Amino acid sequence: MAHTSSPSRSRRLTAGLRSFAGLALTLGATFLGLLLVTFVIARVVPIDPVLSIVGERATTEQYNAVREALGLDQPLWRQFLIYVGDAVTGDLGTSLRTREPIAEEIARYFPATLELASIATIFGVLVGVPAGILAATRPGTWVDQLVRLVGLAGYSMPVFWLGLMGLLLFYGILGWVGGPGRLDAGFEMMFEFDVTRATGMILIDTALAGRWDMFANALSHIVLPAGVLGYYSMAYISRMTRSFMMNELSQEYITTARVKGMPEWRVIWIHALKNVMVPLITVIALSYANLLEGSVLTETVFAWPGLGLYITNALFAADMPAVLGGTIVVGAVFVGLNMFSDLLYRLVDPRAR
Amino acid sequence: MLHTPNITKLGLALAAALMLGAAPSALMAATPADTLVIADAIDDIISFDPAEAFEFSGTDTTNNLYDSLVELDPTKPGELVPGLAESWSVAEDGVTYTFTMRPGVSFSSGNPVRAEDAAYSIRRVVMLNKNPAFILTQFGLTPENVEQNVRVEDGKLIIVTDKPYAPSFFYNCLTAQVGGIVDELTVSQHDVNGDMGNEWLKSNSAGTGAYVLKSFKALEGYVLEAREGHWRGDATLKRVFMRHVPETATQRLLLEKGDIDIGREVSTIDSPALAANPALKLQEDVAGYVFYLSLNQKVEPLNNPAVQEAMRWLVDYEGMTNSFLKGQFMVHQSFLPQGYLGAIDDTPYKLDVEKAKQIMADAGVAPFTVTLNVRNRQDIMDMAQSIQNTFGQAGITVELQVATGKEVLELYRARQHGITIQNWGPDYPDPHTNASTFALNTDNSDEAKLTGSLAWRNAWDPAELNAMTMAAVEERDTDKRRALYEDIQRRHQANSAFVTMFQSINQTVMQANVSGFYTGGSTDSASYWLVTK
Repeated sequence: MAHTSSPSRSRRLTAGLRSFAGLALTLGATFLGLLLVTFVIARVVPIDPVLSIVGERATTEQYNAVREALGLDQPLWRQFLIYVGDAVTGDLGTSLRTREPIAEEIARYFPATLELASIATIFGVLVGVPAGILAATRPGTWVDQLVRLVGLAGYSMPVFWLGLMGLLLFYGILGWVGGPGRLDAGFEMMFEFDVTRATGMILIDTALAGRWDMFANALSHIVLPAGVLGYYSMAYISRMTRSFMMNELSQEYITTARVKGMPEWRVIWIHALKNVMVPLITVIALSYANLLEGSVLTETVFAWPGLGLYITNALFAADMPAVLGGTIVVGAVFVGLNMFSDLLYRLVDPRAR
Repeated sequence: MLHTPNITKLGLALAAALMLGAAPSALMAATPADTLVIADAIDDIISFDPAEAFEFSGTDTTNNLYDSLVELDPTKPGELVPGLAESWSVAEDGVTYTFTMRPGVSFSSGNPVRAEDAAYSIRRVVMLNKNPAFILTQFGLTPENVEQNVRVEDGKLIIVTDKPYAPSFFYNCLTAQVGGIVDELTVSQHDVNGDMGNEWLKSNSAGTGAYVLKSFKALEGYVLEAREGHWRGDATLKRVFMRHVPETATQRLLLEKGDIDIGREVSTIDSPALAANPALKLQEDVAGYVFYLSLNQKVEPLNNPAVQEAMRWLVDYEGMTNSFLKGQFMVHQSFLPQGYLGAIDDTPYKLDVEKAKQIMADAGVAPFTVTLNVRNRQDIMDMAQSIQNTFGQAGITVELQVATGKEVLELYRARQHGITIQNWGPDYPDPHTNASTFALNTDNSDEAKLTGSLAWRNAWDPAELNAMTMAAVEERDTDKRRALYEDIQRRHQANSAFVTMFQSINQTVMQANVSGFYTGGSTDSASYWLVTK
């Protein structure tokens, strides 16, 4: 057996490498496309970056000097090459407004969004998957209808409205959760001086510092925005889980398992779920990526200093390099998560290897 | 030192957080007693360096970190009071100014304030040449001559201007935030590649103000800490915590819950409801913005004086300020905001469609169509709709063209608009800041590209107002100077390419126990050191 397994393993290795190379190539091409699109957008928007810097009162000489400094007098193809070259080396340019490197600014804001989106996704998965399965196994019953109703509501309500209403109810009237911002004012000032920002994620940083009072306060602040975002992701995940599960439950192997007398919970939660997980991974990854870029309104309503707030702010200030820097990061996260879910997919489903 | 998290504690914390649900809401409210907690949209802050800060939120902060040589008395428009200089004078030649420093004042570092610090601060502004530098360089100070023209003699600060100006003009400019005095010894220690400490001062402070900047995180907030031994007397509140809260509805909730003391960005829709809450109070202070209609003189028949006159009678000033602009704007029909030297409060115009029709008929003007370029800001779009309606009643068809602020600004600077609704905020607390743009256009040709002048942008030749504006900025007698600005404005009001409509108002909502807060009106920035609660 030994002499036959070796070539097959090497063949598998080559195939694996080839598929990995293919994936990397797709990744590169997608990223280049992303850069091209952002570059074109930056050139066609009717906002003059030079005017944004020099201000209303500038003379023509001041204007031209800044235009040259930004390299806007160079031919387009050269501007694009410089743009790509900078982006791949991690240089996203300098913010027009603050004159700080955009990559550094994003590194400062991204952890807050990451923390929020991660908790929201965990919530979405923990509630959405079981809800979807329950609905799929009891089609047409009140459970199914309830899941459908809650899901549809989550899907159709504007997130900023949901956020404001949530704040009004849970913070304003009931006082169950902390208000906007990541901490109460008193704690926020303490956090500023007492806690090292090791990860930029407030729950982790306060836990690492052993400041459990602050941790509890941070948790009471993150519950609501994460809940609002999580509601969205839960709505999507539960709908998708239901349809995948329904599809799976009509398969012959399920009937066989049932005929063999296997307990129903085992049929659903072990056999069927294992196969549902394959497409579900993609759904969860996409929903996660969506939250990482799509929490702009939530971050504004909750005064959450994350990437969404950063990009909106840059947009209002007509700081296009910062907007595009943010877009590239979001795009890269999307591409990266897609690749990750592809890899995971291969791990879960042997046929995909 | 870092502690390792342990599961029990984590569990306890989780339980505590969940139990917050059962806690009465009052437990979570109330801001720390020695801290003033303010919520505002502070995303405009770029720098706290007085030589660089030129945005509202930035200058509001530097006002509490730095002091200038002379200051404006907020209660008496145009009157000066001593700041870090105890006395000042101008020589007979009209170009040499001498300042005697107030003794016994120290910076937050403990270093005494010397005339050398004042000289360094002003030179620094000129050398760095950041956005607000023109406020001082317009007196002929250049990097080449600043060592000579700003110097210390016998412990006194001497500043020499390139030609005689109205002394009040020069002093008023020194009261701007760009005239804030920095601690030379401290700032020099943070010089990196000859940047005169600019990078460091962006997020640190070295001034004589009541507060010291402790931390700043863009899009999050900043913390100021009171210093001991402030020359005006120590601030009552030990700390100021400014929190960036962009959404007005969120600010409203924070106020109602008592989680902030002051909300500075509360929308007008919310403020009456908040004012009705006995735990809160509403304060209105005038602000410096003037809102006006701009008529491009290249567009027929906007260059007809009869059409301009008719348009002044076609704006529903009262109707707007009594309805959708209530509390946000007041009727103001001259280019100097209330609070400025020479400001007038004449409001000769009101909505009178019949009169407007008569004026146009007498001048033989037929009904016409004109474009109104509008920024996509709610208040401005509301104004545009009202104007479209009232102009229409007199046979002027207004076509609205809505675009982003930057797009409209580009059209305006390129003289390609029809009519546009614009606002203008003064750059420094002297009448020349507005007069030099509304009533001065030294070359009306396209090639001149005097884009800084609003008169030029409208292709409007101010004729005799050019000379009057230049005379006013050189008039050494302050009373005569005031009279000149009054005259210029009345002429401008009656005959120009502008229809000035409103002045903005700052609305602040605060807890009922907060007192002493002032936004600074139209000429100054916010002061936190006077606040008690």
